[in-house]
Amino acid sequence: MPQLNLVQAINDALRTEMRRDPTVLVMGEDVGVNGGVFRATENLYKEFGPDRSIDTPLSEAGIVGTAIGMALNGLKPVAEIQFDGFMAPAFDQIVSHAARIRWRSRGRFHVPIVIRAPYGGGIRGPELHSESPEAHYAHTPGLKVVIPSNPYDAKGLLIAAIRDPDPVIFFEPKRLYRAFRAEVPEEDYIVPIGKARIAREGSEVTLIAWGAMTPVALGAAEKMAAQNVSVEVIDLRTIVPLDIETVIESAKKTGRVVIVHEAPRTCGFGSELAALVNDRAFEHLKAPIVRVTGPDTVIPQARLEDYYLPDIGRCLKGIEKALNY
Amino acid sequence: MAAKTILQRERLVPFIQILDPEGMANPTDIVELGLKPHDFKAMYRWMVLARTFDERALALQRQGRLGTYAPLLGQEAAQVGSAYALKPEDWVFPSYREHAVLAMRGQSWLQLFTFWGGNEEGNRIPEGIRNFMVCVPIATQILHATGAAWAAKLKGERSCVIVYFGDGATSEGDFHEGLNFAGVFKAPVVFFCQNNQYAISVPRTRQTASETIAQKAIAYGFEGVQVDGNDVFAVYKATKEALAKARDGGGPTLIEAVTYRLTHHTTADDWTRYRPSEEVEMWKQKDPIKRLKLYLEKQGLWSEHDEAKLLEEAKAEIAQAVAQYEALPKRDVEDIFKYMYAEMPWNLKEQLQELKEYLAEHGGDLPKE
Repeated sequence: MPQLNLVQAINDALRTEMRRDPTVLVMGEDVGVNGGVFRATENLYKEFGPDRSIDTPLSEAGIVGTAIGMALNGLKPVAEIQFDGFMAPAFDQIVSHAARIRWRSRGRFHVPIVIRAPYGGGIRGPELHSESPEAHYAHTPGLKVVIPSNPYDAKGLLIAAIRDPDPVIFFEPKRLYRAFRAEVPEEDYIVPIGKARIAREGSEVTLIAWGAMTPVALGAAEKMAAQNVSVEVIDLRTIVPLDIETVIESAKKTGRVVIVHEAPRTCGFGSELAALVNDRAFEHLKAPIVRVTGPDTVIPQARLEDYYLPDIGRCLKGIEKALNY
Repeated sequence: MAAKTILQRERLVPFIQILDPEGMANPTDIVELGLKPHDFKAMYRWMVLARTFDERALALQRQGRLGTYAPLLGQEAAQVGSAYALKPEDWVFPSYREHAVLAMRGQSWLQLFTFWGGNEEGNRIPEGIRNFMVCVPIATQILHATGAAWAAKLKGERSCVIVYFGDGATSEGDFHEGLNFAGVFKAPVVFFCQNNQYAISVPRTRQTASETIAQKAIAYGFEGVQVDGNDVFAVYKATKEALAKARDGGGPTLIEAVTYRLTHHTTADDWTRYRPSEEVEMWKQKDPIKRLKLYLEKQGLWSEHDEAKLLEEAKAEIAQAVAQYEALPKRDVEDIFKYMYAEMPWNLKEQLQELKEYLAEHGGDLPKE
């Protein structure tokens, strides 16, 4: 089985779906001839040509808005927004239209598009190249929000997203693009949207993560294991729809929940998770739910970035807080 | 002084008028339209029907029987002339004032009343009709239209797209982005701007320093045409030609139909606050319906008897739709949750259940205060 890194797995998923379904196309800035600034669309132009691997004008609202129109007329565009921080110009098209057209039309029309964007910090990027805006989209009914953490899931989730009848925001943790390789089957397969993964089984603390925080959480669990503390790590994989069963089952089992995400704390998706665990597993909790997150600030550039991002040490502190309550 | 001129156009933007306000037209221009007397009468009928609907909708709103409503009074020729040029396989992306267009494409008056009565069912376009839903935010539908047209081109279909918007929309980024994409990819789309002179209270001169809206097309690399928007024949001609060009792979066209909103932006607006009544009176002299009627009369195609009969039929048709609208059943709260996703996720199911239980506790409806 081939060993691929995460960005190669994305590329593989796109190629697999474009071969299977002639209505699937990729569009965005630099995605054609250049193969994408991270090479996620590498060689698709060569194989599928300029009508299915489309270099668009530099216009995020234009990319998403025309992708919506294409989807209404029978195509399945996978739109790339070059960086998470550049999704704001397309925000209106995403939240006012992509998310609402099924509802507005009472089901006559729907928008089966995928909006892919490299996501999160850790690559020493300039301003607005390191954002974690998942909560904006999780708060918008009508969208699905998917965030893989490894190559196998990236391929399976992206194929599932392309086949999904609803608009999917697909955030790719860019610092994991080339962080490691893993076995990725050559054939097509899906990882279902809305199903979390127990990344490590444990019994004393539940640590919930997604995207690039998953390896950080696993690192923390490993350290705790050395101290004979058993930490369960849940990789959500999908923020919306949320795999509520897996989260609540684990919370009930361990009685201690720590949530880790890069995004700012206030109204981050961790707040929703905390509220849900509170609603459904309150009597099982042995400690208040702990959030380990970025602060309520802008994510800084290179020199201060590491001070902003949750790391293993901060996860350990969070776990200890839950244990020592 | 510049050493050389790098862009020069003899005639930037053509202006089309066929029918003047007195209902006079050059017979050759009429022949070139390729329309027969029954077409003229059909256009007239649609314009009268649209105005009858409009008057009725306004009255119903004032009586508290309809929600906020955006009247089309004065824009009948722009809408009927353009829609008359469409084929069933073409797609229509409206803004929120194109009641005549939607009706001509097969949506019922009942459906329009339903929508403006605050019921989303009015936005459920019947299968087989290639209309898109009413679009409330400004200019955003321009991008959808470009995308749909681009898809038609990629799929090798000969259907075209027309998108309606107003003068205010041309100030939005989506207008620029939509026209820019369409120009780059030669999408078969007609951008139809009803320049009705006002975006609520703000006049056209506050939207752009361009002399015309049509000329903006030049910068995107395609043709712009200005037409007398109160002349149904000129509008028809411009639209028909733009569609034919698009169908033959010639790409997009921007049409600016110069017209006038003779009344409020919506029923929540009061036009007397921002424009003199002399201006409105002046535009009433250019009434698009009166103009076509004068033409028909001069051609001996229309009598007082025809007029009385049509008005009676129009009233009856609209009255029937009102009766149906007012007899619509009460809606189900499930409709709030039903169409968010192809499959309802657990949280929506729970929230629907919560709402149903609350209603059940109060005898099946909201508690009385």
